[in-house]
Amino acid sequence: MSGLAMPKPDDATMRRREEIVADMRIIVPGEGVVDAANAMRAFESDGLTAYRQLPLVVVLPETVAQVSRVLKYCNDRNIRVVPRGSGTSLSGGALPLEDAVLLVMSRFNRILAIDFPNRIVVAQPGVTNLGITTAVEQEGFYYAPDPSSQIACSIGGNVAENSGGVHCLKYGLTANNVLGIEMVLMNGEVVRLGGSHLDAEGYDLLGVMTGSEGLLGVVTEVTVRILKKPETARALLIGFPTSEQGGQCVADIIGAGIIPGGMEMMDRPAIHAAEDFVHAGYPLDVEALLIVELDGPGVEVDHLITAVEAIAISNGSTTCRISQSEQERLSFWAGRKAAFPAVGRISPDYYCMDGTIPRKELPRVLAGMRELSEKYGLGVANVFHAGDGNLHPLILYDANVPGELDKAESFGADILRLCVKVGGVLTGEHGVGVEKRDLMPEMFNQVDLEQQMRVKCAFDPNHLLNPGKVFPQLRRCAELGRMHVHRGQVAFPDIPRF
Amino acid sequence: MTTLTPTTSDEVLSTVAWAVGEETPLEIIGHGSKRGIGRPLQTEHTLDLSTLTGVTLYEPAELVLSAKAGTPLADIEKLLAENGQQLAFEPMDYGPLLGGEPGKGTIGGVLGANLSGPRRLKAGAARDHILGINVVSGRGEAFKSGGRVVKNVTGYDMSKLMANSWGTLAVFTDVTFKVLPSAETEVTLAIRGLLDDAAASAMALALGSSAEVSSAAHLPERIAARVAGGALGSDAATLLRVEGFGPSVAYRIAALKTLLGKAGPLEEIAGEASHLIWRDVRDIRPFADGSEKPVWRVSMAPFHAHQMVLTLRMQAAASAFYDWQGGLVWLRMEEGDPEAALLRGLLRKHGGGHATLVRAAPAHRAALPVFEPQPPALAALSQRLKQEFDPKNILNPGRMA
Repeated sequence: MSGLAMPKPDDATMRRREEIVADMRIIVPGEGVVDAANAMRAFESDGLTAYRQLPLVVVLPETVAQVSRVLKYCNDRNIRVVPRGSGTSLSGGALPLEDAVLLVMSRFNRILAIDFPNRIVVAQPGVTNLGITTAVEQEGFYYAPDPSSQIACSIGGNVAENSGGVHCLKYGLTANNVLGIEMVLMNGEVVRLGGSHLDAEGYDLLGVMTGSEGLLGVVTEVTVRILKKPETARALLIGFPTSEQGGQCVADIIGAGIIPGGMEMMDRPAIHAAEDFVHAGYPLDVEALLIVELDGPGVEVDHLITAVEAIAISNGSTTCRISQSEQERLSFWAGRKAAFPAVGRISPDYYCMDGTIPRKELPRVLAGMRELSEKYGLGVANVFHAGDGNLHPLILYDANVPGELDKAESFGADILRLCVKVGGVLTGEHGVGVEKRDLMPEMFNQVDLEQQMRVKCAFDPNHLLNPGKVFPQLRRCAELGRMHVHRGQVAFPDIPRF
Repeated sequence: MTTLTPTTSDEVLSTVAWAVGEETPLEIIGHGSKRGIGRPLQTEHTLDLSTLTGVTLYEPAELVLSAKAGTPLADIEKLLAENGQQLAFEPMDYGPLLGGEPGKGTIGGVLGANLSGPRRLKAGAARDHILGINVVSGRGEAFKSGGRVVKNVTGYDMSKLMANSWGTLAVFTDVTFKVLPSAETEVTLAIRGLLDDAAASAMALALGSSAEVSSAAHLPERIAARVAGGALGSDAATLLRVEGFGPSVAYRIAALKTLLGKAGPLEEIAGEASHLIWRDVRDIRPFADGSEKPVWRVSMAPFHAHQMVLTLRMQAAASAFYDWQGGLVWLRMEEGDPEAALLRGLLRKHGGGHATLVRAAPAHRAALPVFEPQPPALAALSQRLKQEFDPKNILNPGRMA
């Protein structure tokens, strides 16, 4: 792992490994404890495969009581714990630590309740995102957030990462679709936040838990809201000679009061890679390709298709196809959905970034990326959740060429710095994890970061849960709690009062 | 009693830092439109943010607006309306219920109280639309969280943590919200004469259809007469709002009529008339009676609400109406006693949720937990969090106790 400093393994824990493994077998009997190196290999990495580490031991609990006992045991003995769902994190959120128990939630795989009159599903955290939709689709319902890993990623992991997807502009992120969770704190306490009702009675702890990347608690149950499937969906495939025109088209669609179900853009390298791979019929002579999907009743979709087509033409589109069948709609998406593997075909490796920018800055950021691409001598292809400004630059490199991974990472870091500089953020949906951890000071100053760490202190004062993620530097809670007060200073001499 | 009126974020910072140094508590207010909610405060100093005003960024095409925390909500809504946009979560106005002037309230208060309205059902609350904040903690330190883009998972979402914190964690100086286009057309379908249980079934049916109902309320007999100047008459009205582009609204209303044709007599209410009804439902106009009779705001699983109200009425005189398909119950206790233990006990038996005593005489507010009490482990966690933001208990001490 290139230059990434993880917390120093605790010697006392490492020495007691056998005893800890034996105790874990008492808490989680049966097949739920894995300690052989070859068997633990399956867990050494998540979706950020450049980083690998074997954990101290892998524990797969089956009950909330077991989760609680494991966490309390570890808390009492100062043993670190890394929680893991399906292991699809793209930012290394589930990267094991050498001295930490890897707590794998995949055996929590049951749907607990489906309640159509209240339109909720209660699921265990290891149920896949798509598994929720599968459980309710016979009645015409679905769960809206749809990260591209939805076949594999778990709903508990979605809570940890506040996952999005192509439909989140219209239907919101995980945070907007989760009503309640049950979770276990590091000290073993079981806490329920929310439920089958809306909003919090006090502080919005559910809001802060969502997207907390496994640092605050381990989710053991999730209640989500389900929606009725739209009656129909149609898409437009629109090509532009410049990315500026594509960007302006997106702005004009929103300006016309239209919030599409999905709105995705690809740049020339991504278009070519996708077309070579799946032959979706994408135009190859354009700089920007826009897919706009409208969903709802047929009469609404038809109305909006006409409106979007007019906007596209007024922005100088050179091609504009409108899907005439479900098959054609899916073919428009086929290239976009295959963009990552398509890029994987033209380059031995690629590194996927995840910054968000104000949309109007797109031309400037794309130009900046071209300059960086020349500077580093590495190619880059862009797919872009155009509606919400979430960029996924794919940096092309070859891990077998010495130094190229480092170069790709530096290139990626420079892209994210550029995103922050134009008013954007480091990560739109993949999380900070270990990947963007050391870039956090680009966006936050020390006071900002310290207050975030104090939130952590309220949940896990000994920094035992998923340490080494999100925060570039760990500070002891006692130290963070100290106050620098300035007694006796002149009280606000310039402030009006009455 | 001193009232401090900072006009810049720096002045807010120096004021709070001073209060921390002196260990003197502050009551944080904007327009004071929700001052009557929560345990009454008795602080020597008041920090009044109503002079910390101004929209600092508004980019309609980017769907984003930033403002100083004391900016009047009314000003922001006016600016958005001029651009065909809105705060889609439709923040309510407590003024009429609490005996204040209507149309007051600041954008900071919208976040601090996590306001929403009938569209909460589909569009969420303030918590779902806040993108970023600049605040001063009770440690006397200025920090920020979030940003100005709609998709952001960088660090903990401290902006959501500020929603419903009622000024007890930090003083807001700047807030950034996602804004959305206003609907071109709005039509309400009213089913008349239903009892509460039939209304619950009708609303569940409508919300379980693909008609994209954005709001669903049930006003029982007589309550219906107290919205929109009596335009509805006094028969019970079960209201379903459909919003969007004209042809789509017409189609979806027709679909609902087919679906609910047998439920009861149907009426279509369009445009401004529909708008006025939903404004009055949002602002609890049926209970804006100038009295101090206790009013509860109950959030619960929608389909259990009518059963809970039925059981409650066997033991106490209460008027009720329902928003959010039943997920939000407004209750007025007719005999003056809030009956907190009775109500909260019933709520636990009907699927759980929370009950907030939003209107009550000061004596009741001082003696009863206004906000739903939490189980011990959760209460302790919330208290630890408060400690991490405001270790000296300077900000609105005791308001959420």
